[in-house]
This record gives sequence, C-alpha cells and structure tokens, in this order.
Amino acid sequence: MSAATAPLLELRGVSKRFVRGLDLAARIARALGAKASEAVVHAVDHVDLAVREGEVVGLVGESGCGKSTLGRMVSRVIAPSEGERLWKGRPYREFDAETARAERLAVQMIFQDPYASLNPRMRIVDIVGEAPVVHGIVTRRACEAYVADLLERVGMDATLMRRFPHQFSGGQRSRIGIARALAVKPRFLVCDEAVAALDVSIQAQVLNLFIRLREELGLTYLFISHDLGVIRHVADRVVVMYLGRIVESGATADLYAHPNHPYTVALIAEVPRVDARHRTYVPVKGEIPSPLAPPTGCHFHPRCPNAFERCRVESPALREIAPGRMSACHLNDRPSP
Amino acid sequence: MSHAATGSGTALLQVEGLRMHFFTKAGVVKAVDDVSFRVERGRVLGLVGESGSGKSMTGYSILGLVDAPGRIVAGSIRLNGTDITKLDEAAWRKLRGERIAMIFQDPMMTLNPVLRIDTQMMEAVRAHHDVSRDSAREACREALARVGIASPEERLRNYPHQFSGGMRQRVAIAIALLNRPDLIIADEPTTALDVTIQGQILFEMQKLCRETGAGLIWITHDLSVISGLADEVCVMYAGRIVESGTVDEILDRPLHPYTRGLLDSVPSRNVPGRPLAQIRGMTPSLASLDEGCSFRERCVRALDECRISPETRTPSAGRTLRCRNPMT
Ligand SMILES: Nc1ncnc2c1ncn2[C@@H]1O[C@H](COP(=O)(O)OP(=O)(O)OP(=O)(O)O)[C@@H](O)[C@H]1O
Ligand SMILES: Nc1ncnc2c1ncn2[C@@H]1O[C@H](COP(=O)(O)OP(=O)(O)OP(=O)(O)O)[C@@H](O)[C@H]1O
Ligand code: SF4
Ligand SMILES: [Mg+2]
Ligand SMILES: [Mg+2]
Repeated sequence: MSAATAPLLELRGVSKRFVRGLDLAARIARALGAKASEAVVHAVDHVDLAVREGEVVGLVGESGCGKSTLGRMVSRVIAPSEGERLWKGRPYREFDAETARAERLAVQMIFQDPYASLNPRMRIVDIVGEAPVVHGIVTRRACEAYVADLLERVGMDATLMRRFPHQFSGGQRSRIGIARALAVKPRFLVCDEAVAALDVSIQAQVLNLFIRLREELGLTYLFISHDLGVIRHVADRVVVMYLGRIVESGATADLYAHPNHPYTVALIAEVPRVDARHRTYVPVKGEIPSPLAPPTGCHFHPRCPNAFERCRVESPALREIAPGRMSACHLNDRPSP
Repeated sequence: MSHAATGSGTALLQVEGLRMHFFTKAGVVKAVDDVSFRVERGRVLGLVGESGSGKSMTGYSILGLVDAPGRIVAGSIRLNGTDITKLDEAAWRKLRGERIAMIFQDPMMTLNPVLRIDTQMMEAVRAHHDVSRDSAREACREALARVGIASPEERLRNYPHQFSGGMRQRVAIAIALLNRPDLIIADEPTTALDVTIQGQILFEMQKLCRETGAGLIWITHDLSVISGLADEVCVMYAGRIVESGTVDEILDRPLHPYTRGLLDSVPSRNVPGRPLAQIRGMTPSLASLDEGCSFRERCVRALDECRISPETRTPSAGRTLRCRNPMT
C-alpha cells in the first residue's frame, strides 16, 4: 500500500449516536404501558472524509449539525459508534504501541469552548507548556521562553503567563487554547470555531499565522467555522454538513461560485455583509429539523424550495457530480430543464 | 461631562465616566477607564473593540457583577435616571432578574452543568412570576423554539453538555429573554452561529426591541452583525471608547485609525488565500498604560503629540472621538 499517496487522515462510514436513557418518570410511564422510547441523537451519520497532507478543509453547516462531534472523532477525543478512522492509510486500531506513541500528538484540537477546556487552577505557562515538556519537545528550562514565543505569536502579552484563565477576557482565553494546541507541534489541527471569539484584527493575525504554518511546516487543517468569509479565505476545499450528513463538498472558489445542493445555495445566498445597514431580520423559513427525529428521505426536504416526491421517501446518496465535486441531491438525477 | 449625544429626556441607560479597575499584585489593570455612553429605549448600541479592551467588564459593571480584586472606582450608571451603582446587593439582584438581563460570552455563566435545562428555565420564570408549572413549562418550550431549537419538549430534559456549542449559546439567550427585560446586554451571543440561526436570533431581538421598547447593548467583533442590527456604535480600545457615532458614520467614515484598521481586516474585504490586513504590533498591557494615546505604538498616523492623552472631542453632532490625528 502506498502510504505516500494515501490521505493523511481518513474517515470511512463514521457515525456517532448519542443515546439518552429514560428518566424515572418515563420508565414508570413505560411500565404502565405508555409509549416511551430512548432518545437517540444521530449526531454524525455515515460520513466519509479524506484530508490530504497540507490541505485546509473547511467544515460548515447549521448549529447542531454535528461539526464538533465530527471534529472530536477526527482528533480522537471521542470514539465513533461505527466506522473506521485511518492515519496515513492505516487504521488506528492496527497501530502498534510504538507507532501509537509516536503519532499521539500528531492531531490536535482547538476546542470551540475555551472556558471548559482550560484548567482553572493552572497558570497559563503550565497550561501551554506542560505537554511539550512532558513529551520532550522542549526542556523545562527553555519552557518559559517557548511559551512566551507562542503567546506572542497569537497576539498575547507574554508577561501575563503567570495568570490564571479567569483573569483573561473571552478572546484571550481562546488564544490560550490555540497556543496550547500549537505547542506540541501537531501535523494536523482541528480548529473548532477557533477564531470566532476574536476581533477581526486579531483574527487576521491568527489566520495569517495558520496560513504561514501551513506554508512553512505543511500543517494540515480541518477548519470548522460558521463564518463563510473566513472559510473562503483559508480553505482549499469546503465540506457542507446538514443534520449529521455531508451534503456537498468541493473546491472553495468553485463551490462558492456554483453551489449545487439547495442547502449550500441557501447558505451562500445569506452571507452577511458589512455594508447592509439596518436590516430587518426574518425568522427561519420552514421547520428546523431535529436530530432526535430526522426527516425521512433527504433531511433537507422540509425546507427545500425544490423538493419533489422522491425527496420525502429516498435519501440521496453523496456522489460525484463533476470532477472533485460531490453532492447529495436528487435534482442531479433529473435532466436539467 | 456627557460625551455621548445628548438626546431629550431620560435615557433608558446612561453611563458616565465609568472606571472599573482590577487591583492585582502585579499592578492596577484599568479594564474600564472613563467610559460614557447612553442607550435609548428600543435602540441597539453596538459595542465593538479589540479582544481584552474591556467590553465584557463594561457589561459586568452595569450588572453589578464585578468581583474582587475588581472594583468600580468612579462614574455613574443611570437606569431610567436612577444611579444603580448606589444600590445594595439585594436591590441589584432584583434588577438583574427583572429589568436587566445579560447574555454572557460564556453560556456556562448562565447554565448550571449539573441541572437539566427545564429545571433551570422553570426556576428563572417562576422566581419572578406567579404562574403554574404547566404554563411555565409552556413558556420554556416557546422560548426554546424561538431560538431555533427543534424538539423543545425533548430538549428541555437535556443537560447542558448534551447540547452543541451553538445550542448552549441559544439556550442562554432564551433564558435571558424569558422575563422580557428593559435592557439586555448581549455579550458575543452569536459568535458560533451559522447565518440562518443567527438571523432567527436577530429577528427575535429586533422584535423585542420594537415591541417592548427594550434597549440592547450588543457586544461583538462581528461587524456584519453590527452593521445590520445596531443604531449606534462605540469602539473600545484598551479600556476606553475611542470613537462613537451612528452605525453609518462609524462604518462608512471611520475617523479613528483603530476603527479603520478593524474594517480593513474583515476577511471578505481581502483577497482569498493572501495574508489578511492586520493591525501591526501588539495590544498594550492594561496594567502598564502610560500617558498618551494607548494606540500610538501601533498607529500609522501617530504624531509626537500623541504622547499626550487625546481628550474626547465631538467632531460633529452625535459623534465622539479620541484621536489627535484622525483619518481624513
Ligand atoms: N480577574 C482579573 N484580573 C486581572 N485582569 C483581568 C481580570 N479579568 C479580566 N481582566 C483583564 O481585563 C481586561 C478587559 O477584559 P474584558 O473581559 O472586558 O475584555 P473584552 O473586551 O470583553 O475582550 P474579549 O473580546 O476578548 O472578550 C482584559 O485585558 C483582561 O485581561
Ligand atoms: N455528549 C452528548 N450527549 C448527547 N448529545 C450530544 C452530545 N454531544 C453532542 N450532542 C448532540 O449532537 C448533535 C451535534 O452536536 P455538535 O456539537 O456536533 O454540533 P455542531 O455542528 O458543532 O453545532 P454548533 O455549531 O452549535 O457548535 C446535537 O444535536 C447535540 O445536541
Ligand atoms: S491619537 Fe495619535 S496615535 Fe492615537 S490613534 Fe490618533 S493618531 Fe493614532
Ligand atoms: Mg460545535
Ligand atoms: Mg469579552
């Protein structure tokens, strides 16, 4: 097998289901003959994803559609309910102890929620510096200088490294999370809304840093963001999720110019602009789907302006509609008018 | 002296010369330093500015949530004309539940991780209204639906960790709106929300302002939200408001070099794949600010005289500026 041509990271048929057991009241109700079933959230549903070395893949989709869950499976924070994860063409479960150790730090995640992911009792210098010291990336003596350099790269005042997380603002904490992920010199970075809490100027500094690290070190990214402007700026390829499934993927410029899937079309039409003043906002059209009871057929059909009969009954497969472009929509089977 | 536009009558909220400092071992951190602005009924004030510039702490000060070693050292905060900095803790707590609500930047400031959402929301409703359990539950379901959460009845039985990041943000928003407050301070409430759900939230906010005359302070770094939602904008840098005015004036004719730099950094105004325009240099430490404009080390227009702190001026009616060499 040619590891050289294999994607750096690959997911095959990966799903994640969260099952919430019945609470006492529901169990009693069921014992008395009422209909009560366990609630199952299909957070991620049979996803295939391959990321090449040095590539930046943008992941977009509605709040709650499963982006963080997918990211957490990629970075092995959680295990999939089914499916396989491969690193350099080899399934993780086949790794021997030594390979596992060598690759352990290779994938790092910048968490969406920086508060929950920073230990409140640790000083910043330890939060950022602990792992690189433990793993021999830097000596204990050189640690402080190493942390100072990282903090400055993300636009933070390094003299504050003896402070605790609660003494920082929201955007400062989120940058501490970024510095911590970079500190162990990963090969692959999962950025989950990593720049969402930053003002645009500091956001620019961090995005420029990401772009530079990619050019200098060939760093690979899965870049989750709600901000389509940011995605357009950094991603080579965009993957669009809707309710746990991938509905479209393709090269960034092409996908923005010619979205295929009706959900992508809607998403791109709504990119907010700085020059639209005093807007009158409108409520979401159509019902927001629930991952607890996903719609039949194409998950998007209740909101899709183009839906027809087949969409309600049959789930469209994700397939190649043009070189490098995948889409999951029945319209692609219809002769174009 | 009032720096902000002097409207007629009492404003819903009038903040004057507010200073909130942290007295740390390493020195005094001037998180909020001589901040003045006003919010009218039914209007939206956008508060933007650099990360760490004191936006959240301004909100905390208005809510009376400043903890040691932080302290309000000067200024007044008038709600409908009454200075609330003089209130005792019990009165402030009552105000927080009924008249002022804050949507925190970190939704876990609102949510208790070990309690189910229904427990938390019902408590918020029933603490201030004498209603039956059933109608309280109905109010909670409706509130969740309004912020775009599907299967609200099922979701009410979830714990916070069972929600996605954006869903937790929306639950916190739903709780803040439950009691229809007069003033809402929304601190980066839609940071991680996609455009459709964000539109839904902004629709609800706008509706609340228009229907009940609630005033809104919207803290954000997202200039497209400011542009669509805000009536007035204040730009903060290093604890101070460096520029304020109507949204059109600030976004179309920024006078302060920092505001200009912000607008130039917006990704959609840059060429994809190329380095983004960023403001050179680093944020100064708030613990060691010297005399003079705190932006001058990074400013492309800095002059010698910027070493003397610029006073707040009124370049035109309804507009304020702290800069000695503004953009032209
Ligand atoms: N407990 C504390 N002790 C000392 N300094 C603090 C403390 N809490 C906050 N600060 C400092 O106060 C300043 C203002 O913080 P604030 O949270 O208001 O910033 P912000 O404008 O909301 O930034 P962001 O956009 O990143 O959320 C920051 O520079 C922060 O480091
Ligand atoms: N630990 C958990 N237990 C139960 N359900 C969960 C858990 N984590 C996530 N979920 C559910 O899985 C779905 C997907 O969540 P996920 O966090 O992946 O969404 P997301 O796309 O990252 O959304 P957002 O943009 O709001 O962060 C949601 O319906 C959420 O409620
Ligand atoms: S006062 Fe001077 S340094 Fe400060 S922003 Fe204005 S021109 Fe720049
Ligand atoms: Mg998420
Ligand atoms: Mg803040």
